[in-house]
Amino acid sequence: MAINAVASTHRFPIPRNPMLIRHPMGRSRLRPPGFDDLGLERALSDRLLPFLVAAMAFLAALAFGGFLAAAGLARHWQQGAEAAVTVQVPDPSAVAAGGGVAGTTRLGRVLALLRADPAVARAHALTAAELDALLRPWLGRDSGRLALPLPAVIAVSLARPTATLQRLGKSLREAAPGTLVESHGVWVRRLTVLAQSLQASAAIALLVVTAVAIAVVAVGTHAGLAASREAIEIVHVLGATDDYIAARFAARATRLAVLGGGAGALAALPVLLTLAGLAAPFGRLDTAAAGSGPAAGFPGTALPTLLWLALPLLPLGAAAIGYLTAQVTVRHWLRRLP
Amino acid sequence: MVRFEHVGLSYPAPGRRSAAAVLHDVSFRVPEGGFRWLLGTSGAGKTSLLRLMYLAIRPTEGRLSVLETDITSARRGMLANLRRRIGVVFQDFRLLPHLSAFDNVALPLRIAGRSEGQIRADVAEMLRWVGLAGKLESPPETLSGGEQQRVAIARAVITRPRLLLADEPTGNLDEAQAERLMRLLQELSRLGTTVVVATHNEALASRHGAPALRLEHGRLVP
Repeated sequence: MAINAVASTHRFPIPRNPMLIRHPMGRSRLRPPGFDDLGLERALSDRLLPFLVAAMAFLAALAFGGFLAAAGLARHWQQGAEAAVTVQVPDPSAVAAGGGVAGTTRLGRVLALLRADPAVARAHALTAAELDALLRPWLGRDSGRLALPLPAVIAVSLARPTATLQRLGKSLREAAPGTLVESHGVWVRRLTVLAQSLQASAAIALLVVTAVAIAVVAVGTHAGLAASREAIEIVHVLGATDDYIAARFAARATRLAVLGGGAGALAALPVLLTLAGLAAPFGRLDTAAAGSGPAAGFPGTALPTLLWLALPLLPLGAAAIGYLTAQVTVRHWLRRLP
Repeated sequence: MVRFEHVGLSYPAPGRRSAAAVLHDVSFRVPEGGFRWLLGTSGAGKTSLLRLMYLAIRPTEGRLSVLETDITSARRGMLANLRRRIGVVFQDFRLLPHLSAFDNVALPLRIAGRSEGQIRADVAEMLRWVGLAGKLESPPETLSGGEQQRVAIARAVITRPRLLLADEPTGNLDEAQAERLMRLLQELSRLGTTVVVATHNEALASRHGAPALRLEHGRLVP
């Protein structure tokens, strides 16, 4: 009996032959845009999750900024302070003994040697006023009246730090016996350790923020799973694979995470620019000392180039966290279904 | 084809040491294209038996085979493909409330990855067939109980399943609609689909002669 014969007795208007509707195995897999079979627009709210991800992205931007700033300081102190040397010349006005131009003072002989040395970038003998200012904390105002035999002090910047220090000290002592060469090595090491500790703290903060972001997406996904449990069970019975269901959640979580990541990065930008403005004096010193390293900024901007590159990557990182966390969470949850 | 061999089913009972058994030592076979009534009072285990057949649960005892696949030993990953060959009409319809009638019926085809062009044509024709041509975009909440049931029936048969399971499919239909639906199910069976219909309406079953599986307290009785 043809189905159309049944149709005549049905109130349902049976098609020519509904049982013979052809389903070609073509796999175009077109889906209407916005088709939300699991009802995730309600189950995974576009309010709380993006807000929390935005907060995490904001904190991540600040932590990464702190990481770069600490790295810059460490480099600045290492390269700048390590290159600074203080030379003390006792009895500076006395005529230097030995070779050289006759009648040259000990200070003049030492200065000449320093300025002639290719390892020395700059040698500046402190003036009486500068020396007075340096000693004021210990000797009070007008230390000259105390008639103390003060040595001359020369501030030296080395072009090649530390390597030439011993040789330089030896040649200066030969020219003017009693000359002392002091590097700032101890302070450099202490400051470097401090900067590296700050850098490690910022890195740990970045990791914690990432972990919290993962937890936030996982909790949001669990809430979404609970809210759309019935829809999931229905599509599961209709033959939906774990891939199908997990992909729906991952797509939604990714969209929300990108939204949050972008908002967080945008919110962090003015804060970072303000902080960078406050730290500008250090930054200028850094740039002067470090040249065009990775922490150097774009001309006219206060932020390091790496941070400018990292800010647009925040939404992408948030997307990756959203996608992977949702995939893992949903697949783990689906194991409870047969 | 469906084969039960000494199948038992127990659900974990919260607060109790032993699980609550709902099916005991159930054995029967429905051949390909066969039609069976599944009769029994409320609580006899009809819905649990259907849940086993549409692979929503696995048996805790015995051996179950559906469409030539041994469900007791099949890998989980294989079952999704098998489910796409099974159509189910749920007693409570289980339509997705946020989707239109059209999208509810289209859902199994989209899950199966069919092309949208084919889906549009097939679903429109199927909804016209069940008398809902004017309600393609209506959400389920705006449809009457009978209309929702017809959407559920359309969703169950749109993929031309090899096994069709229906749990009280006439519960919300008037007598005339119920008769027409039964004739349709029998026609599907004649075209090769294995059909199992659970009902407590013995009068309906007796009017449409077909072998019956009768459940009492989780056991098949003659």
